[in-house]
Amino acid sequence: MEEQVSEVSTDTVPSVALRGVTKRFGDFVAVDDLDLDIGQGEFFTLLGPSGCGKTTTLRMIAGFEEPNEGEVRIDGTDVAGLPAHRRPTNTVFQSYALFPHLSVKDNVAYGLKRKGVAKGEVDRRVQEELERVGLWGEANRRPNQLSGGQQQRVALARAVVNLPKVLLLDEPLGALDLKLRKSLQVELKRIQQEIGITFVYVTHDQEEALTMSDRIAVMNRGIVEQVAPPVEIYERPTTTFVAGFIGVSNLMPGTVRSLHGEKAEVELEAGITVEADSNGLATGERCHAVVRPEKLYVSTAGNGSAPAGNTQSVDGVVASSVYLGTATQLVVELKGDARMTVLCPNTDEAERQSLPGGGADVQLSWTPEHIHLVRESGTERATADHEAIGRARQEEASA
Amino acid sequence: MKAVNWIRERGVMIFAILVVIYTLLPIAVIIAFSFNDPAGKFNFTWQGFTTQYWGDAFAISDLNKAMLTSLELAAAATIIATILGTMIALALVRYQFRGRRMANLLIVIPMTSPEVVIGAALLSMFVYFQVSTGFITLLIAHIMFSISFVVVVVRSRLIGFDRRLEEAARDLGADASTTFRTVTLPLIAPGLISAALLAFALSLDDFVISNFNSGTTVTFPLYIFGAAQRGIPVQVNVFATMLFMLTVVAMVVTVLQQRRAEKLASVRPDQEDGTTPGLPASAPATATS
Repeated sequence: MEEQVSEVSTDTVPSVALRGVTKRFGDFVAVDDLDLDIGQGEFFTLLGPSGCGKTTTLRMIAGFEEPNEGEVRIDGTDVAGLPAHRRPTNTVFQSYALFPHLSVKDNVAYGLKRKGVAKGEVDRRVQEELERVGLWGEANRRPNQLSGGQQQRVALARAVVNLPKVLLLDEPLGALDLKLRKSLQVELKRIQQEIGITFVYVTHDQEEALTMSDRIAVMNRGIVEQVAPPVEIYERPTTTFVAGFIGVSNLMPGTVRSLHGEKAEVELEAGITVEADSNGLATGERCHAVVRPEKLYVSTAGNGSAPAGNTQSVDGVVASSVYLGTATQLVVELKGDARMTVLCPNTDEAERQSLPGGGADVQLSWTPEHIHLVRESGTERATADHEAIGRARQEEASA
Repeated sequence: MKAVNWIRERGVMIFAILVVIYTLLPIAVIIAFSFNDPAGKFNFTWQGFTTQYWGDAFAISDLNKAMLTSLELAAAATIIATILGTMIALALVRYQFRGRRMANLLIVIPMTSPEVVIGAALLSMFVYFQVSTGFITLLIAHIMFSISFVVVVVRSRLIGFDRRLEEAARDLGADASTTFRTVTLPLIAPGLISAALLAFALSLDDFVISNFNSGTTVTFPLYIFGAAQRGIPVQVNVFATMLFMLTVVAMVVTVLQQRRAEKLASVRPDQEDGTTPGLPASAPATATS
């Protein structure tokens, strides 16, 4: 848990701190004993499938929900019992929630007027903010006269203009199409760096999280599985859930046989024994070894030899081969029911044509630094997660 | 053959015109007879055109008094019924409480019961509690039967209301009363206006219930009914025509309001998050919509 203390923080007091926060709805535990520290000016993402508690966590920071247990601190101050309208936070809603009866300008001015800011300053700041998002020209129009992307920018301006200590964003790009989402991701990141306030961003889109965040908390069934910067989340996941939710899950089940200092020797069901960072595992514990698809190298008897550094390898049979344009994706079945996805970049046409087809016996190899051991997220939990991920992906597809 | 085709092509149009004539003819007769110059006491046969009675529209003091009473009664009943009905609708849509379903059901009973039953029941109640009938009992009766209509109209408006707009207002620093004043009220206003117009029309028009509970107070419908025995003055037609024109204006206002409401409603997003089980308050609303 120590590693969760913000590394990016520039201040000793975290912008948002959650301590033992639990939220129940009837029998359903939405958020379970959550501890988080979010640094000043950090772009922090809560990532997870729907129902994992990320939105509930956001709503507790905003003041729309009160935790059953634990405390929420903003800039070191406990905000328990403080209603939403008195918290130094503002929210960008997934549905935008723009006031349909007010013009764009009046929407953005709403928060400042509630604070009793002088009219001249309201006008100046509203203009400044609408110019920042490139919508000053639409100031007198109604929200329903704007496109989805424009409405999204108005929602952002309406929140940011109040200069909150923390800006909360609840899947703000969820309803937009892919292309628009990509361009708004860049814009959001730019605005965040420009104004330097803390962003707490909720999404189920792993790519979005990896692109924008300083740090990501991967949530699952009300608990945080891992908190780390994007590179670490992707390269060194600590649980099977994180490994599976971020990218393709290439899991090889096994058991820890012995520990040597920081290293663990693990016997994999695929028939080999590997050594890797122990990641806090104990001798005899069940675990999985992960190697990302682009880190694997496929070789056959006739197809040259593996690169020099690839000192670990395992035998398998090719189940399928799919051409993806920039790469070819092979699925290789190992002993003990593990299926590994391999991405072979299509840099050389001859090399691509020499790739083994379905049914071929192959050898997968990798450099030892690219294999990581992850803790099992619990079998019962794992099946439920797959359903949740499936739902999340479906939602994403239909959005 | 040609004639059959001609009818076939215009069948719907012909039918529509006949229906319009059927529904509007009585009104046309009323308007026409406000310009009649009757020979005797009864304004039932066309004698000749005159604008005399429009000029002397307010010549019959009893009729003026009755009309004024009706307008006062309708205004008071409308204001009170709209406020109470809106509060009931808010409670029924927004809050979970014991007996909510029952209340939802009971609220429509005054709409569906025969007026003559309600009128008689109210009278026996007033007699039992020794309340002398008059303007106040009329007001109580009118509020009672218009409240259900207000509740039904406002409730449907609230069911389609996006609660996230209120959350957004709170998030931006508005307390509960400011949120209601600046967000909720402007957005349900079209519903309130429709409801108020409906309540006003119902009150102005009511005869049966009023007849039981009026005492010595005479409303416009009661005056007409009384006058029908002795001969209806042409001014009644003049007043009726004025009321009709007022209704047309009110209808245009309502239609424009509804258009505005539809425009507002069109921005309501339909996405469901699914990760916010914290909004059970809106569950009954979405279930019935």
